[in-house]
Amino acid sequence: MTRHDLKLSRRGFVKGSAGLTFSFAISGFLGARPEALAQSGGLAQTISGWVTIGTDNSILIAAPVAEMGQGVFTTIPMIVAEELDADWSKVRTYFPPPVPGLFGNPRFGGILHVVASMATTGYWDKVRMHGAQARRVLMQAAADKWNVPLTELTTEPSVVVHAPSGRKLSYGEIAKFAVVPKEMPKISEADLKKPSDFRIVGKSVARLDIPDKTNGSTIYGIDVQVPGMVYATMLRSPVEGGAPEIVDDSETKKIPGVTQTVKLRDAVAIVGSTVEAVFAGREVLKVTWKGGATAGFNSEKALPEYAKRARTLEEKGLSYKQAGDADAAFAKAAKVISSEFMTDYVHHAQMEPMNVTVSVNEAGDAAEIWMGSQAVTVSIGAVAGLLKTKPDRIRFNQHFLGGGFGRRAYPDLPVYGAAISREVKKPVKLIWTREQDVKAAWMRPQTAHFLQAALDDKGAVIGWRHRVVGEATTGYSQPARLEQAKGLDPLTLEGAEHLYEIDNLSVEYLREIRGTALAAWRAIGSGFNKFAIESFVDEIAREQGVDPVELRLRMLQKHPRGRTIIETVAEMSNWKAKPAEGRALGFAYADVWNTPVAGAAEISLDRKSGRVHVHRFWTAVNPGIVVNPDVVVAQCESNVIYGLGQALRERNTFVDGAIAQSNFNDYEVMRMSDVPEISVKVISTPDRPTGIGEIVLPVVAPAVASAIFALTGKRMRHLPFTDERVRAALS
Amino acid sequence: MTAVMFTINGKTVKVDAQSDAPLLWIIREHLKLTGTKYGCGAAQCGACTVHVDGKAVRSCQIQMSQIEGRKVTTIEGLTEKGDHPLQKAWIVEQVPQCGYCQSGQIMQAAELLAKTKTPTRAEIVAHMDGNICRCGTYPRIVRAIERAAKEA
Repeated sequence: MTRHDLKLSRRGFVKGSAGLTFSFAISGFLGARPEALAQSGGLAQTISGWVTIGTDNSILIAAPVAEMGQGVFTTIPMIVAEELDADWSKVRTYFPPPVPGLFGNPRFGGILHVVASMATTGYWDKVRMHGAQARRVLMQAAADKWNVPLTELTTEPSVVVHAPSGRKLSYGEIAKFAVVPKEMPKISEADLKKPSDFRIVGKSVARLDIPDKTNGSTIYGIDVQVPGMVYATMLRSPVEGGAPEIVDDSETKKIPGVTQTVKLRDAVAIVGSTVEAVFAGREVLKVTWKGGATAGFNSEKALPEYAKRARTLEEKGLSYKQAGDADAAFAKAAKVISSEFMTDYVHHAQMEPMNVTVSVNEAGDAAEIWMGSQAVTVSIGAVAGLLKTKPDRIRFNQHFLGGGFGRRAYPDLPVYGAAISREVKKPVKLIWTREQDVKAAWMRPQTAHFLQAALDDKGAVIGWRHRVVGEATTGYSQPARLEQAKGLDPLTLEGAEHLYEIDNLSVEYLREIRGTALAAWRAIGSGFNKFAIESFVDEIAREQGVDPVELRLRMLQKHPRGRTIIETVAEMSNWKAKPAEGRALGFAYADVWNTPVAGAAEISLDRKSGRVHVHRFWTAVNPGIVVNPDVVVAQCESNVIYGLGQALRERNTFVDGAIAQSNFNDYEVMRMSDVPEISVKVISTPDRPTGIGEIVLPVVAPAVASAIFALTGKRMRHLPFTDERVRAALS
Repeated sequence: MTAVMFTINGKTVKVDAQSDAPLLWIIREHLKLTGTKYGCGAAQCGACTVHVDGKAVRSCQIQMSQIEGRKVTTIEGLTEKGDHPLQKAWIVEQVPQCGYCQSGQIMQAAELLAKTKTPTRAEIVAHMDGNICRCGTYPRIVRAIERAAKEA
């Protein structure tokens, strides 16, 4: 895609259709597709909501999933193009209007939403069908034109072929005369391609969004400017949910360009004619806050309390997973190994600070939103709720996301933006400062874990107990979901299950209520649960003098995909060999969302400073059918580095109810000098594709912790392994 | 309000703004060159990196009053067609993920290659360490800089 092309499609989206849509006009929304193509190729046919064919053979395919770096702007259309049998070099992609159903993810009930690495796996069947339907429509049109039976036709990339007569028509030629049927043809499983016939899926295709990302022309939410807009920023209560009681904005209003302040439920907005004015105004705004759910909370004091609950077996938790009779297994065990782990709060720290542009109409019953969001349908619903209007009165313009990692999966910003715009009666571009982004972070909760293994006299693990203590992530953002799950928070408990073949098992959850703002964070609960589980597996192995890789293989007899992955990484990392002097290897395995993954870390450490250096990281994944191999590799690299951040440095703490950190100086993320040499192997099997965006992350911290143990004999039990904690462990 | 004249991407512009307004917001919101990004406002992340008189600087730290008569180059003006060896290498190596930090990364790297034709791995890391990429594209950034150095 050229720079020019993307601009066309984007402008088309914003400005709306001039009316070249032949069919499938999407009521209530403006279509970009036809005129974007018309400008490059004359006429165009929208074959379905997903596919538009230009008479110049150009092909435009919808890419409805939020692009936050994971490559879906390219990979979802690749799947459509595969079944369409398109010439990929002619394909361009765009963000379609957020029509639920048509463009929604079946995995989330058809809404436009992306979390939990569910895009490719959720859309797989649906977009294959749309591609195949569009192909069938083109073939049928050619069959009618030639007056031959459909069964005599085949396709080559972007060409319909009638072999008996040697005739051919390109998709663009067919678009000139084709009439799109009112009802799309029925496609059965048998009509779809076999994976062995794939031409596009499985090839490393260059991402279509990359050229623009090298020349500054990609438009993120924060880049939007609309006529007549003003700027706003916010000072949010430092204590979660606190309300502004007394607002002294006298200094703020002295700043040239600041026009007003707006009291919100838990914040004060500063509004003005420039960003620099409202940011400066925020610095001098004085607010007295009242109440708030985290009032008085000191997280570092609280965490040992969590750990105490975890190890106090008299307090029963909610049963998350149960197999056999764990109590009986422990009663008859020849040996019991017990262990504890803790993890700190972390937040997303996506590079693009939270922002939104919203324009509420004069009557206050309709709005237009411009932003990059993982939660499009939810945001529309939330703003409609605020304005007490219907969702079809809210127009949403999706943009590229400057990182998501879960933070952009919630509707908080559009609701704030709409509230401010309604008050000032103008379009508002609301931008949070980085400080606000950190101070009002929605975090992965801090947790404590108590684990026990019952061993028989031969050393086999016959019983497993894991007690997870922490806040319920959905308790903050989706209380109804928590209630539906009967208190077993699906996010905090994500990854607390595992495939190890242990007959007697009990996984329990003990909820903490501390009032903090929580969110899905890359890999969700697997980040801390797999740290605890995999560190413990390593501990069990070392305690018995068994190779940790061997122990995992013994406990995965019935899981060939997992075994292959473990064996692959053992081979990649030369696991059996003795590492160089001063270095050591550590290993971990996980199987979150049915994508088996293993990782091995090679580390050294500076005993004086306590700094851990990760030199190499090897990982292998098996996500079934791989749509775009290089994108999978890139996601694995990204996971290793993001995972190292939470393993080594990243932590948020609460002091007297407020988050203590404020910017990248005290919330340290990985920099180039922290990054190891990363080796990735992607194993493809003809299984339905599974997610990849957050799969490797869970193995990173436990692999590093195991390596530290191998090097020093000290077990790091508290994430992150800061220099200070490593020094303390070694002293 | 102060009126300041300076050159941006080869064009002379006159901007009216507060004298302490950060250059970043002048570039992004006043001049609508949105390729330069806001990340931290505190010279911690490098997303706002531009060249002033050929030197890579954090535009969030430069005030309007310091910019009179200077030559500013943003990602949009690095080359006319977006075909700087770094930009080409960024595409070949498929560097960007979310892409938000990449303008700053490229501007920072361009300063390095202007000074040092074939930087060592250690020189690259030392020069680039102030630029955060939260997606972790660092290994590909290194590869792309090495490729650009070779092909330039």
